[in-house]
Amino acid sequence: MIRGTVLARSRRRPPDGFRLLTALVALAAPISLLLIVLLLAQQGAPAIQHYGFGFLTSRAWNPITLDFGALAFIFGTVATSLIALALALPVGVGVALFLAEPSAGRLRGSIGIGVELLAAIPSVVYGLWAVYVMAPFVLIHIEQPLAARFGSVGVLGGPARGTSLFTASLVLSVMILPTLAAVSRDVIRAVPSGLRESSVALGATWWETTWGVILPAARQGIFGATVLALGRALGETIAVTMVIGNRPEIPTSVFAPAYTLASVIANEFTEATGQLYSSALIELGLVLMLVTLTVNVLAQLLVRSTAREARA
Amino acid sequence: MEGASPAKLEVSSLSFYYGRFRALKDISLDIPENRVTALIGPSGCGKTTLLRVFNRMYDLVSKARAEGSVRLDGMEVTETTRLLELRQKVGMVFQRPSPFPLSIYDNVAFAPRLLGWRRQQVAEAVETAITDAALWDEVKDRLKDPAASLSGGQQQRLSIARCLAVKPEVILMDEPCSALDPVATLKIEDLIDRLARQYTIVIVTHNMQQAARVADFTAFMLMDTDERYGQLIEFAPTTDLFNKPTDPRTEGYITGRFG
Repeated sequence: MIRGTVLARSRRRPPDGFRLLTALVALAAPISLLLIVLLLAQQGAPAIQHYGFGFLTSRAWNPITLDFGALAFIFGTVATSLIALALALPVGVGVALFLAEPSAGRLRGSIGIGVELLAAIPSVVYGLWAVYVMAPFVLIHIEQPLAARFGSVGVLGGPARGTSLFTASLVLSVMILPTLAAVSRDVIRAVPSGLRESSVALGATWWETTWGVILPAARQGIFGATVLALGRALGETIAVTMVIGNRPEIPTSVFAPAYTLASVIANEFTEATGQLYSSALIELGLVLMLVTLTVNVLAQLLVRSTAREARA
Repeated sequence: MEGASPAKLEVSSLSFYYGRFRALKDISLDIPENRVTALIGPSGCGKTTLLRVFNRMYDLVSKARAEGSVRLDGMEVTETTRLLELRQKVGMVFQRPSPFPLSIYDNVAFAPRLLGWRRQQVAEAVETAITDAALWDEVKDRLKDPAASLSGGQQQRLSIARCLAVKPEVILMDEPCSALDPVATLKIEDLIDRLARQYTIVIVTHNMQQAARVADFTAFMLMDTDERYGQLIEFAPTTDLFNKPTDPRTEGYITGRFG
């Protein structure tokens, strides 16, 4: 009798109170997103009203004359992230291919853990390492030789500096590498073994199988990994702030200092005097959110369209 | 008449190891040219392992090695370094259809391109192969579509077309119908029948009726109960093996007493 009632009870749908609770918890995420946007918009309202749309297209940043624009920072944020991605993607996919290889054996486990541990290093530690080790190294062994040889090419020209757009991109690329490698590895491992075998059975070598079959099959997932990595790169603050040089300009050379949205907020917020100055910084925060959201939405759309293409 | 066919693959004293484990022991048989040979036997008897020796698929498995000899037209399969040539001559169709994430055309063009054929040659090979795999009428208007858009049975015929494209001499099939419904299975069996006079086909199957339907010759394999290696029990024309088996273990298996 008792057993019967317990079974009967457990088969009923969950009580309404519980459903309400889970619904509230689930709603908390979108609601906080909305609240953050609202708060930023409210706090940034003075700057939004004062500068209007011109805020997004102006490259000025002068706290003395209260002449503010976001363009230099948008450029810095997008440029560092894209260069970081371009540097990290081939390496990350290469690491993933090696780690996903069935014959890699014991080495695979230790290298895999090593790569994942890169993600556990706090960004400020990356920043310190970048300032004291990477920036001087990059200056002497990469920037100066390149600038000396190809200085006439605009993007490589100018007096090379240790703290530059390039150095910031390089430290970002190291920071996003574990995400790229770990997610790509899982995606590549998930490619059905029948595909690899079929390709090998047709006489393809390891390279031909990898390029012709494995990577196309894993393309969508690797793209997903790229979006995750890009999200991290766009919002990364402290490590970038320490090595980008913090100059609010659109540089003509990758070896020149620049500035990102996140860095300028972190650097100037505590010393911003006056309502317009601080609300301009808050508007930069809003812009950063918009950039990140736009990139994510675009990426989702791309993933969906390629998925539809693959299914069709 | 069947016995008159010369041997295409000569297997003699073949043993196979995964590391220290012996998976096959002392297998000898001559697989006749342009006939269908079925490998049957219960799970674990080594029939798939044997099939995978013929095109060196075991190279993908670390510490796997073969002892003894498998000769294909005088080429020693277990020792050759000319793997592209071997795999062009010996094609393979797997248990699950595995279309590459490419178009229907590019799937079939995959192997011809590996061999560096010219564009026109590739196009001709693709059309011939798809036609021979009895798929042309169904896909001729949509060659640019992704191969994944085909049904399971069509995908399996595409896999067959993919290996026919480089004009192999031997086709290995590893339970090619086990993931298909009865109608699709029938189509594949018809196809095997039609290919049988031009190609040497070796098919692994769990399904004894299928072996009886499609194969000219059948080899029965069984796992040794003590040391767990696979061995060849009996190899004969299919009608003989099913009607008057000489080994009591063969008889036990085909009458359903074990396996």
